[in-house]
Amino acid sequence: MSVDTDTVKRVAHLARIKVSEEDATRMTGELNAILGFVEQLDEVNIDGVEPLNSVVEQTMKKRPDGVTDGNKARDIIANAPASEDNFFIVPKVVE
Amino acid sequence: MTDLTKLTIAEARDGLKNKDYTSLELTEAFIGNIEAANASLNAYVTVTADKARDMAKASDAKLAKGDGGALEGIPLGIKDLFATKGVHTQACSHILDGFKPPYDSTVTSNLWADGAVMLGKLNMDEFAMGSSNETSYYGPVVNPWRKQGSNQDLVPGGSSGGSATAVAARMCMGATATDTGGSIRQPAAFTGTVGIKPTYGRCSRWGVVAFASSLDQAGPIAHTVRDSAILLKSMASVDPKDTTSVDIEVPDYEAAIGKSVKGLKIGIPAEYRMDGMPGEIEELWQKGIQWLKDAGAEIVDISMPHTKYALPAYYIVAPAEASSNLARYDGVRYGLRVPGKDILEMYENTRAEGFGEEVKRRILIGTYVLSAGYYDAYYLKAQKVRTLIKRDFDLAWQNGVDAILTPATPSAAFGVADQELHSDPVRMYLNDIFTVTVNMAGLPGISVPAGLDKDGLPLGLQLIGKPFDESTLFQVGQVLEDAAGSFEPEKWWG
Repeated sequence: MSVDTDTVKRVAHLARIKVSEEDATRMTGELNAILGFVEQLDEVNIDGVEPLNSVVEQTMKKRPDGVTDGNKARDIIANAPASEDNFFIVPKVVE
Repeated sequence: MTDLTKLTIAEARDGLKNKDYTSLELTEAFIGNIEAANASLNAYVTVTADKARDMAKASDAKLAKGDGGALEGIPLGIKDLFATKGVHTQACSHILDGFKPPYDSTVTSNLWADGAVMLGKLNMDEFAMGSSNETSYYGPVVNPWRKQGSNQDLVPGGSSGGSATAVAARMCMGATATDTGGSIRQPAAFTGTVGIKPTYGRCSRWGVVAFASSLDQAGPIAHTVRDSAILLKSMASVDPKDTTSVDIEVPDYEAAIGKSVKGLKIGIPAEYRMDGMPGEIEELWQKGIQWLKDAGAEIVDISMPHTKYALPAYYIVAPAEASSNLARYDGVRYGLRVPGKDILEMYENTRAEGFGEEVKRRILIGTYVLSAGYYDAYYLKAQKVRTLIKRDFDLAWQNGVDAILTPATPSAAFGVADQELHSDPVRMYLNDIFTVTVNMAGLPGISVPAGLDKDGLPLGLQLIGKPFDESTLFQVGQVLEDAAGSFEPEKWWG
């Protein structure tokens, strides 16, 4: 399978990365090189094989549902590019 | 006085205990080396000299009373991927501009609890995506090794290139690193240092900037097998904050060093003999086999038929997980924000400017393979192939193999800005061909320096172990190190 420039632009939009016409053209070639490389997997017989979802045989650890952390609003917004009164500031999203 | 920066961690540990020198003297010696070398080698992105001095003084106070942890007073470098409280933590990406976490990662917390001293944060490929340390926002790291009679700058490998260069050039005693497809072992091999990626689940991933969560593992780079055992013992832990951290007590890895390998079964996988592999790599491998044979190990040929599919499967799984993990960088909560006419354009502008080319490439591949209609053809298939890769290893262990010996990399270090490698992303990816299988199966792997090539550049051998059997890797690794000796670059930098 290979991608065309329109697909690259659509995927870039899904990934929220702005691309110029020039970027999209260049990336189309690069992505097709990678997709061509992974095509080798078509040679492998995967009939009846279960996907590997965890390399470690361990049941998911659970803990009692409880408050273990918190009251750190100041820490949480400390690195924000824009904040006010412990809120993140973003451009207006609702009219 | 002897050059304190030439000591191993094991030697310095004894010297500090005997009060032959103080941690402050040791730390100052490394700060001096960093100041002299960093302009040429670019290993550190931030040097925390004052913090290091304070930590060293605190260690000296403990040592004076006969107290102190396993790493008391030992100066280390920390890869920029690990969260360090109040200190530069940006995964060497522009998008995390100015980020200073209000907490430490579990791995670094463990190191400080054991008394280690932080010298600074180390350069790396952006978000650990790269095999040459050239994708860093802070520019490439230079390998302290050069070809004989040449002054061409070589790469230290990646993504932990800063860690490898800092250790090899004596800018720290040891360093933390991370490995998603070979990012500890390949740079270790390129710089004549020892690097171990432990079993998935051995070191907590909490506070380590995520790349591909099912593959990422932290580990050390150091001068000797023993030093890497000492560091791993402190880095590893059982951590309730990481659900993939495994409930197995961390053993005393150093106890394995010096044990005989007599009777151990070492597997040699035929499929790691790749087409076009340089003769020197094959010779090195044969030398390694002979050393282990001489030490009494039993060498057995094994077959791992799915080896060649590990790298293509990796280039589906790792970008897919990365595209999800890196969705959080949106210019809202931390790091860079580039304004736009609305919030959507702000996201797109921020991510376009904040991410470098390789990171964008992988996010796009990951987004594409996870997009509607392609999941089964790519991601699900890759995860099934991963099962087969793991099964190859499981069969070897079932047949009584204790460890597997392979080359660490298909070549020695290459030049900075190598045109051929940069013209085709897949060629750069092939650097990880021998290491990536280990991440796909979640196993431990160690790279040990084993010799120099015809140009005088270091080459490494890799040992792969059973899950949570790092001890055997240290045991066998020590035999390789004893036979091969140690390798030090000729000093040309500041």
